[in-house]
Amino acid sequence: MIKPTLTDDLVHMKHGAGGRAMRALIEGVFVDLEGEGGEAARMDDGAAIPFGDKWLVVTTDAHVIKPLFFPGGDIGRLAVSGVVNDLAMMGATEVLALTSSMIIEEGFPIELLRRVKASMKAASREASAPVLTGDTKVMGRGEIDGLVMSTSGLGVAARVVRDAGLRLGDAIVINGSIGDHGLAVMSARHDLGLQGELRSDVAPLNGLVRVVLAAGGEAIHAMKDPTRGGVTSALSEMAEKAGVSVVLEESSLPMSDAARAAADLLGIDPLGVANEGKALFGVAPDALDRVLAAMRAHPLGARAVCIGRVVAQGGPTAGTLLLDTGFGHRRLFERDGEPLPRIC
Amino acid sequence: MTQATPRRLEFRDVAQGKAMRARLSHAVAQAGRPVTLMHVCGSHEQAMARYGLRASFPKDLHVQMGPGCPVCVTDAPEIDACIALAARGLRVLTYGDMLRVPGRAMSLEDARAGGARVEVVYGATQAAQIARASSDPVVFFATGFETTAVATAALLLDDPPDNLVILSAHKWVPAAMEIVAQTPESKIEGFLAAGHAATITGYGIFERFVERYRVPVVVGGFEPLDILSALVLLVEQVSAGKAEVVNAFPRCVSREGNKKALSALWRVFDMADGEWRGIARIPSGNLALKPEFAKWDARERFGVELAEAPPVEERASAAECLCGKIMSGIAEPNDCPLFGKACRPDAPIGACMVSSEGACRIWHEHGLGLR
Amino acid sequence: MCLGVPGKIVSIDDMVGVVDFWGVKRDVAMHIVDEPVAVGDYVLVHVGFAIRRIPEEEIAETLSFFEQMAAEDLEGLSPPGAPPKPGTEPEALP
Repeated sequence: MIKPTLTDDLVHMKHGAGGRAMRALIEGVFVDLEGEGGEAARMDDGAAIPFGDKWLVVTTDAHVIKPLFFPGGDIGRLAVSGVVNDLAMMGATEVLALTSSMIIEEGFPIELLRRVKASMKAASREASAPVLTGDTKVMGRGEIDGLVMSTSGLGVAARVVRDAGLRLGDAIVINGSIGDHGLAVMSARHDLGLQGELRSDVAPLNGLVRVVLAAGGEAIHAMKDPTRGGVTSALSEMAEKAGVSVVLEESSLPMSDAARAAADLLGIDPLGVANEGKALFGVAPDALDRVLAAMRAHPLGARAVCIGRVVAQGGPTAGTLLLDTGFGHRRLFERDGEPLPRIC
Repeated sequence: MTQATPRRLEFRDVAQGKAMRARLSHAVAQAGRPVTLMHVCGSHEQAMARYGLRASFPKDLHVQMGPGCPVCVTDAPEIDACIALAARGLRVLTYGDMLRVPGRAMSLEDARAGGARVEVVYGATQAAQIARASSDPVVFFATGFETTAVATAALLLDDPPDNLVILSAHKWVPAAMEIVAQTPESKIEGFLAAGHAATITGYGIFERFVERYRVPVVVGGFEPLDILSALVLLVEQVSAGKAEVVNAFPRCVSREGNKKALSALWRVFDMADGEWRGIARIPSGNLALKPEFAKWDARERFGVELAEAPPVEERASAAECLCGKIMSGIAEPNDCPLFGKACRPDAPIGACMVSSEGACRIWHEHGLGLR
Repeated sequence: MCLGVPGKIVSIDDMVGVVDFWGVKRDVAMHIVDEPVAVGDYVLVHVGFAIRRIPEEEIAETLSFFEQMAAEDLEGLSPPGAPPKPGTEPEALP
């Protein structure tokens, strides 16, 4: 697999879309902030620092979303869940502290800020993740679009789980339906007039991950949340980092009726669409049944299912992600840029 | 045995698919030589890639993509004309597909990054709604084949607001099939015709084509079983030396087509000669608004000349681009020296790599023909 | 441009119908659909316009057509369980 390289002189929207262009930007500009070969160079969901016999995990996350309020959530719930999930994906399910920065446009209604705060508070309670400090800045009208947030988190992990840990034979498990968040937001943003139960899945996942790690222990080889760029982007990155090949079974991919219908109508591949309440796990095959059983007993894992396998390690197919459609195999590639509704 | 109507009208029985693939292999083996077919619809390419069908085709079956992607064949000066209108400060509405396609100097997305008011609409009615809610002129960049052209026509026949301005780059796909069939180097032995376009035009329009060029035409739908069965019927005709029109998508396509839609289409549009990007000037290949609709015609109202945008130096490597040959069925994406190297989805050179339904883009995204 | 999607009409008010796509519903313009349509009919929708009423009998026809195409193969061409002929069976992976 060819490493992404930064060839642009200016930042484009694709550099924020979670795919290869974004990784090229980070690798081309920021990754040596820490120095060569350090924790940052892993480009994982967060950074792990040894602390006694445990690990402190730190992560940070910026949030821009249009519209700020969407079916199933808002920027406040997203900001808390996003950072909690980044910690959880490293194995840090106990959250010591969250921080929250807000950059607000002049003229933004205070009432909406209260609504955002209320959502943050609810998500923070769900995750037992207290927001302990924060900051606010205001910019002039038109200098920023409404509200931009940034949250950071500090958590503790007994064992760090990397997104690079997939091994031959691993089952790929997801905790539920794919594509809900991205399609709900897209439908609201483009004012597509779709009526139905299209709702974002945004939720803090540390409780679920705790259950998974308790059931699976060392058999949980890798974790990642399929946010921007969707399942395709997350699994491509996992396969690339581990030097393995993954095959997904299309017939086993869980989707809500609403997301499936919306994806068909908009001509968008749901595998490339963002999720905010889903996690992908690489599980050793002998632990699969007990991990699935534990997940299904948790409200955020009721539809947990195995969607694929690691079929090869090393060799010519290393780093590839394939989808078995039942009619043939197709290779899944990360897209650059936000998916656009198409008519063709 | 009566089967239940499949939910979502999806026809995806894997066992039937397997049997049909075996039958396709058998039909190609019967022909005893390589068979080259062409489809003329971006959605057929999308569907083949989506279900992984291409990888399962027998080695001796070549299914090339013709000039069936309206985004690819929209000529650069047509995009320039739209950008020129946006540059005058007008609000421009476009289908999402067109946003990233380069004109000679830039794409509509580039223009938007530079401050132009360019917005994506999903349907033609949405364009009218936006115009009704505004007092300023709103330009709708009307692109696509007969399927979208009928929507534009319906809009103009339903009491359109005065401030809705149409920049038509609509194209008529049967005209392009003629060009391909007339290309002397063409090795095409059969055409998979686009089911949704034929829903409008009817399959009857292919009867003269089949007589004239002695190649079979099968109209196919977009479910995996639709495509496989249509290909089987094409290859079987090729083997048997037959050239007939077969409708393999009867749930949507009739011989006469959608008369109501066609009547709307020809009340609003005239056929006109037009440039198809990278292919040729195609006689009767474009759809231009009739003089009665001059009031809503951007070209009349704003005097948009296609040459208005300043020509710019094309990228040096663009000379090597094979998009035109690929869409004419003389070359495949991996014949192009730029494919996957200088020309990639993140740095496209030709329109076939820009468009989400361009052959090069689809091949690249699905890892076909790479290395 | 051919992203046509089938759906089922759940209500009609003059020229605008609400069409169910099995998960989401959307308003669809009925100006150019080829035949009179009624609640319960299947239609093919393209850029917000219904362009075809899909008759139930044609759906049944399609199902038996596929069944027949697949069955002919099983009987005549390669018996069930027979190994694929070399060179004719496609490879599983691209």
